[in-house]
Amino acid sequence: MIINSNNLTKLLIASTIIGLQSCSQSGQNTPTIQKLTITGSSTVAPLVGEIAKRFEAENSEVRIDVQTGGSSRGIADVESAVADIGMVSRALKEEEKGKLYGFVIAKDGIGIIVHSSNPVKEINDEQVVAIYQGQIDNWKEVGGKDAPITVVNKAEGRSTLELFLKYFQLKNSQIKAKVVIGDNQQGIKTVAGNENAIGYVSVGAAEYEIDLGVPIKLLPVGGVEATSETVRDGSFPLSRPLTVITKNQPEGKTLEFIQFAQSEEVHDLVKGQNLIPVQAK
Amino acid sequence: MTWLKDKISSPSKLNKSSQFDWDWVLVWVLRIMAAITGAIVLLIVIFLILESLPFLQVKGIGPFFTDQRWNPTEGLYNFTPMLWGTLLATMGSVVVATPLGIISALFCQYYAPVAIGNLYRRLIELLAGIPSVVYGFWGLVVLVPLINRLHPPGASLLAGIIILTIMILPTIALVADASFGKVPQEYLLGATSLGLSKWGTICNVVFPAAKSGLFTGVILTVGRAIGETMAVLMVCGNVVETPSSIFDPIRTLTANIALEMAYALGNHRSALFVSGLALMAIIVLLAVAAEVITVTSSPVTKNS
Repeated sequence: MIINSNNLTKLLIASTIIGLQSCSQSGQNTPTIQKLTITGSSTVAPLVGEIAKRFEAENSEVRIDVQTGGSSRGIADVESAVADIGMVSRALKEEEKGKLYGFVIAKDGIGIIVHSSNPVKEINDEQVVAIYQGQIDNWKEVGGKDAPITVVNKAEGRSTLELFLKYFQLKNSQIKAKVVIGDNQQGIKTVAGNENAIGYVSVGAAEYEIDLGVPIKLLPVGGVEATSETVRDGSFPLSRPLTVITKNQPEGKTLEFIQFAQSEEVHDLVKGQNLIPVQAK
Repeated sequence: MTWLKDKISSPSKLNKSSQFDWDWVLVWVLRIMAAITGAIVLLIVIFLILESLPFLQVKGIGPFFTDQRWNPTEGLYNFTPMLWGTLLATMGSVVVATPLGIISALFCQYYAPVAIGNLYRRLIELLAGIPSVVYGFWGLVVLVPLINRLHPPGASLLAGIIILTIMILPTIALVADASFGKVPQEYLLGATSLGLSKWGTICNVVFPAAKSGLFTGVILTVGRAIGETMAVLMVCGNVVETPSSIFDPIRTLTANIALEMAYALGNHRSALFVSGLALMAIIVLLAVAAEVITVTSSPVTKNS
């Protein structure tokens, strides 16, 4: 039986190895190398990780260590000077703006998607809430055909879920889902394969797939069309800025990195993470 | 198997004149490799236990069975629906795949012309080599919409069982084929000379002789079905609920880990490791059961 160990075991071996690697990397600093520590939101971290790789490739004297732990850890670490830069997956609050410097590096918007054959053109926020709580379970109640609604929800802990719940003021335990998905891709495939499904995914990912001809469509939220433009200019309500923060006015390599993260050079990385670059093309 | 040892070590003892003792090198390389393999298994178990401890020390094992739901971000950790999901999907697929696999192996060994039998075997081997995510993808874009037309929402226990059956079928078919191949030729000749029909030979001679091999095959497939993650994650719907019919969505323990691990922190993360530990325990139990049954059921004697 031991011969053919299961996939879980493989996964664990892989994760152990990756863990060991990341330990050894951070220990190999020679004094000539400048180190930047970035901690915070796990939503922002994959993007910052990619940007950091490219930055390191162009600046061989810099080593960047990206750690996750949530937006609140990012703020705490920057305030206590444990980290040079913090990552926050929301706009800075008014009281934080006085103490910290924030720089938006990308925007994240969540669009509600249905199958493209679905005749429903628009549903309001109350209807979305009722659908996700199971009070409305047939499309005819919101002007569609007579068919049961397949509610697609995100797995616990995902930042998309968090933003969705916060906007609609729901708790995850109130949601009566028929399908629970992991990443955006799976959500799009699930809705594309089910004419009566409703789900929510990153606007960037949905637009990309619609361009490829996948049979889904984005519904407006709060009367605003879900497009890259409305997310970028902030009019789309179900969106948030991904921000990096510093304690003092950034200078030296920290400033260079933040400028790099906001520049057009990393737009492909931003789009690769299904996020929307801050500046227009 | 003990006779093999003597065969291997004896020539080097006789051949003292050689310059360098390659056997000594081989023995030590093998010993080190074996030690590393053993150490990896142990390290995984230790790692799992260490990662689970923070949760188990604070909350114990109770929350996994007595909490209302699985909502780790709200501090609720009941994983019994997922335990059921894992067990039902595994049992369902093994029950369907075992007879199919054995029949396919019988066809291959005893009924198919040699050329077709070989071609068929290659096909099955090919099936075994397809990555699980490909099966999952196929399931998501073809199977789930099909089941959805029959009974919404489509992503369901049934989809999981079908996908798992297709995935484990090659394993059981190939192991059964190999164990039928190992049935000594004299048995078959003897049966034929006694005038037994083909089916009579298979029922009364081949099956008893190949019993332990078949059983090993079944255990292997159970292990694979329990451990399967990606394909199941894509077709099963992943709703944490004990299913009341095969059209209900389920979430397996492995899918749960894959879905939530990337974003889990603190107790949530630790709870996922506990579910990993539970899976490990199931696999160990299976291995022990297989060992016990193989030892107690008399193995095929080969005095050839």
